Amino acid sequence: MREHYAPLVLLAILIAFPLVVADSYYRHLMILVLMWVAIGSGWNIIAGYTGQVSFGDAAFFGAGAYTAGLLASKLGISAWWGLPLGGLMAIVVAFPFGWICFKLRGAYFALATLALNEVLRHVATIWESLTDGMVGILLMQTFVSKVPYYYIALTIAVMSIVAVEIVTRSRWGYYFISIRENQDTAESMGIDTHYYKMISLCMAAFLTGLAGGLYMNYMGFIDPSIVFSLHDISIMAILVGIVGGVSTVYGPAVGAFIMVAVSEIFRTGGFGLLDSLTKATGSHVIAVITNYVKAAHVLSFGVLVVLVILLLPNGIVGDWDRLKRAVFRR
Amino acid sequence: MEVFLQTLVAGILRGGLYALIGIGMTLIMGVMGIINLAHGQLMMVAMYLTFVFFHYAGVDPYVALPANMVALFFMGVLIQRYLLNPLMKVESILPENQVLMTVGIGMVLTEIARFIFTSNYLSVKTSYSTAAVYVGGISFSVALMIGFCVAVLFTVGMFWFLLKTDLGRSVRAVSQDGEAAQLMGVDAERIKVITMGLGAALVAAAGTMLMPIYYLFPDIGGPFTRKAFVITILGGLGSTVGAIFGGMTLGLAEAFGATYISMEWEDLIGLVIFILVLLFLPGGFRRLTKV
Repeated sequence: MREHYAPLVLLAILIAFPLVVADSYYRHLMILVLMWVAIGSGWNIIAGYTGQVSFGDAAFFGAGAYTAGLLASKLGISAWWGLPLGGLMAIVVAFPFGWICFKLRGAYFALATLALNEVLRHVATIWESLTDGMVGILLMQTFVSKVPYYYIALTIAVMSIVAVEIVTRSRWGYYFISIRENQDTAESMGIDTHYYKMISLCMAAFLTGLAGGLYMNYMGFIDPSIVFSLHDISIMAILVGIVGGVSTVYGPAVGAFIMVAVSEIFRTGGFGLLDSLTKATGSHVIAVITNYVKAAHVLSFGVLVVLVILLLPNGIVGDWDRLKRAVFRR
Repeated sequence: MEVFLQTLVAGILRGGLYALIGIGMTLIMGVMGIINLAHGQLMMVAMYLTFVFFHYAGVDPYVALPANMVALFFMGVLIQRYLLNPLMKVESILPENQVLMTVGIGMVLTEIARFIFTSNYLSVKTSYSTAAVYVGGISFSVALMIGFCVAVLFTVGMFWFLLKTDLGRSVRAVSQDGEAAQLMGVDAERIKVITMGLGAALVAAAGTMLMPIYYLFPDIGGPFTRKAFVITILGGLGSTVGAIFGGMTLGLAEAFGATYISMEWEDLIGLVIFILVLLFLPGGFRRLTKV
């Protein structure tokens, strides 16, 4: 029974969070975490459960963000329509792509997603009459307070976790896993692998596009190098997935929390700790170290990829038993 | 007509170097069965080595070539030995973790380069960097011609190695069927380590050849990794002959694209080719030639 209460308790804590914590910086971080829960869950469906690793989640994220942005800047409709429409637009991108590229297997499919990411980034940069290129899109945010954004992000995150939970318990979930484990066997058992891979990809794209729409509304500014970024979106999505644990329902939530924390620790130099240390001691060495730590943001991602794959291939949730044993034995 | 011929020459010369990049990638692809997404980043390391040799010791890039290749060979060996081979023993749900690992390695290499050299653009200015020979109004860049010749030399050498030597035969055996090769007494892990080293050495040669005419910054690896996988897909995965054709095609397509469409489309052209090949010729040129 305890397993059933844990998520509800966590949900209650999350609902209460903005009421307790008034600091807008930490509210901002939690909104990012919740957004990454949705993206990570999407990645987890296609890569973790179905085994079709995507290196190009930014393509769907960017499609969602640009849909929201263009609706507001070109058509004058509220950018909030970009949430559902952004998700749908991501499916519009994913559908023909999957139709063609699911002929490819394993690493080649991963390469194709990488290419999709790059193509969309170039198109968004070059097609200036529509997207304003590198100038990007700037919108006025709807709310001054972060609380409404927080609850919207929470809704999306909970929705994506519930969606993963439902799907993995259903027949589809078993089809997805059978495709991951052995596509030929799945096919010979009468599973239409192409069809179910498409379903899986479209679900992933929808969740990621939704998060993209939220990003546009919340941050108020996008340009091609932000939303189609290979490092900051696509690789981050993979890290969220593998750090937390591939093909576990709560893995992406754990991964999102850890990854946003890691990226913030490096970006701000240990939440400003190193800066204050420099001021307190006046030491030149610490100032230099601070600068290096701040610049090591992407390096930390790379090192994390290497370490996690070597030591925790199934992530924190997936390797939880192994971790627990390793810690408590000693 | 002159513009056309000039573009053709530029494309072919550049294609020779691309072929060299592609052969390294396709070798690794064939033997390991993985796509090395740190390939361009390895080339970036070789380019920085060339820069350091030239800038601090005054060593000409062409003299530094053997040293670069040896250095990158050992780097490839270490990466395969300590980062990629152990992954085969790790139990993981995710099947693509080796490819993911190369992405991580690529990121680490790029960021380390940024730490040491910052993001500034660097270049190696030699006396022949801008020199050119004119034949009938068409200019042949000296540095590119030397690069092309060296690329051809290495390609021929590579074929000799693969076809005539014992080690080369072992590489091909592992590439065709790893388990069967192992049963025949080939140490597959050692072959993988050597192949990774060779692939890195070849891309180091290409990087060194490009250095006199190219500029250098830490993020240069990414575009070249993408070029390398476009070449490999174009040529047919694991096909060495295909990589030569793929390299040539990409070189020509980029040159013509830059001349007749627009410079900013240069990077996009490779990706468009990539998608067209997937659509209309899955399996690449290999399907047409069967080699």
